[in-house]
Amino acid sequence: MFLITCPYCGTRDQSEFSNAGEAHVARPANGEELTDEQWADFVFLRNNPKGLFAERWVHTAGCRRFFNMLRNTATDEILAVYEIGAKPPKVTTVEPATPSGEAPIGSGNDAVKVMRPEEPK
Amino acid sequence: MWRNPEPKPGYDAVVIGGGGHGLATAYYLAKEHGMTNIAVIEKGWIGGGNSGRNTTIIRSNYLFDESAAIYNHALQLWTTLGRELNYNIMMSHRGVLNLAHDEGEGRGLKRRVEANRLNGVDSEWLDAKQVKEFCPVINISQDIRYPVLGATLQRSGGTNRHDAVVWGYARACSAMGVDIIQQCEVTGIKTAKGAVTGVETTRGFIKTPKVACVTAGHTSVIASMLDIKLPIQSHPLQALVSEPIKPLVPCVIMSNAVHVYCSQSDKGELVIGAGIDAHTSYTQRGSMDIIEHQMASLCELLPPVARLRMMRQWGGIVDTCPDASPIISKTPVKGFYINGGWGTGGWKATPGSGHVFAWTVAKDDPHPIAAPFALDRFHSGALVAEHGAAAVAH
Ligand SMILES: Cc1cc2nc3c(=O)[nH]c(=O)nc-3n(C[C@H](O)[C@H](O)[C@H](O)COP(=O)(O)OP(=O)(O)OC[C@H]3O[C@@H](n4cnc5c(N)ncnc54)[C@H](O)[C@@H]3O)c2cc1C
Ligand SMILES: [Zn+2]
Repeated sequence: MFLITCPYCGTRDQSEFSNAGEAHVARPANGEELTDEQWADFVFLRNNPKGLFAERWVHTAGCRRFFNMLRNTATDEILAVYEIGAKPPKVTTVEPATPSGEAPIGSGNDAVKVMRPEEPK
Repeated sequence: MWRNPEPKPGYDAVVIGGGGHGLATAYYLAKEHGMTNIAVIEKGWIGGGNSGRNTTIIRSNYLFDESAAIYNHALQLWTTLGRELNYNIMMSHRGVLNLAHDEGEGRGLKRRVEANRLNGVDSEWLDAKQVKEFCPVINISQDIRYPVLGATLQRSGGTNRHDAVVWGYARACSAMGVDIIQQCEVTGIKTAKGAVTGVETTRGFIKTPKVACVTAGHTSVIASMLDIKLPIQSHPLQALVSEPIKPLVPCVIMSNAVHVYCSQSDKGELVIGAGIDAHTSYTQRGSMDIIEHQMASLCELLPPVARLRMMRQWGGIVDTCPDASPIISKTPVKGFYINGGWGTGGWKATPGSGHVFAWTVAKDDPHPIAAPFALDRFHSGALVAEHGAAAVAH
């Protein structure tokens, strides 16, 4: 569970919010021209990265407005909150060194040694 | 128990992921398809993923024919697996109750009982009094917020011992010549002319024409190495156990509506679980509000539990699919096969999943039971929508 800063209300408990999936997935404008495969891509296929992810949240128990968020899914570190329609800001975060690996801090995986970023590996 | 070999330069097939499903896949590849020059590559230790974190509820009372076929196939294999592996997997057919708390849900569950019977899945309806007789600790008072109106019972369902399954399969694999390579992460997959040629690992390149991806929560991560986008999302799912007590819960109790499930381990701990975190994440933790909610539900269903202390809590990363059914499939890349998307409820399928996936990999042709779970169902629309039967995440 984490604290989320709603751009309209301020910092609140995560349980006030609902997650609304990946951000920046635009509904195809030319719907009638799409093949079944292309429709399936839009309806079902989503990025699911271990690392930086842009997603939508809605402040269900607050202002009920949607907004975008950048979060590191390997650590749950929240990197930015920005308005619907805006471009994701540039951010830096510590991603796992290997694709299935764990980040040095915050992975929640007890098998991984907790290290400060400046510590030698 | 099993050899700890150095990776060879090449294998006839590489299974990525040393969980129950991966080891079962390797076991049936070796045993039924004579493919013994194969390796299981595991980034941590075998069984350290969802296999070792799950609450081992086993049942096959899903709604649709396709699901009944695969989960019942698994249930049949479970009944003799201990003997087959000569390893005590502590399989206990203690029965699984799925509770109904309102008329609509009761109708849905009764429909499922009938569908189950047509598919040869043992299933029956109990009214509230019969529920109380079968499992006396359940509170069937009409005065609680969501009274228990009845339940389905699958008597052949139950639980088993996750580590024992993993270790039993691993020992049997190793004895047949399968290399189990732990502390080795697959970091890339090499292809030439649209076909797999090998895997990059943290312990060097391994040549192979067939790669079977069985990495549960990390399925999307592996698929993205080949630019394959999947309809899978990874979420934390938690469980927790109480201090050990004398026998209190004789069966598995599950409730979709109040959203909690519970069984009692042979050590006496209550094993409790319920929901995923709604956001995607690879952090094996889970949010506090989720377990707060499920414990509130459990205290109302099983009042004595309110006095118990909880001992441990943990999380795993589950790979959920939009139709709450798995993906067992060939892919656009020749020699690359996926078995994932089992989400919150794949443990029960372990032997069946490994069995039909091994066929699919060995013959490069989907096993008839696996065929409906191919990736192209998301194009054709032939989804196997099992949210009703899979709702409480287990
Ligand atoms: C808390 C919890 C409770 C659950 N309860 C139930 C239940 O009651 N009943 C039920 O039927 N199901 C349950 N499940 C679901 C079930 O655990 C899973 O569906 C099932 O175990 C998946 O099996 P697996 O063997 O494929 O996964 P895992 O055991 O997770 O195996 C995948 C393996 O792949 C490895 N891996 C990942 N990336 C790489 C890489 N790049 N290179 C090498 N190896 C890699 C991982 O380390 C891991 O060991 C539960 C899950 C959780 C988390
Ligand atoms: Zn708000």
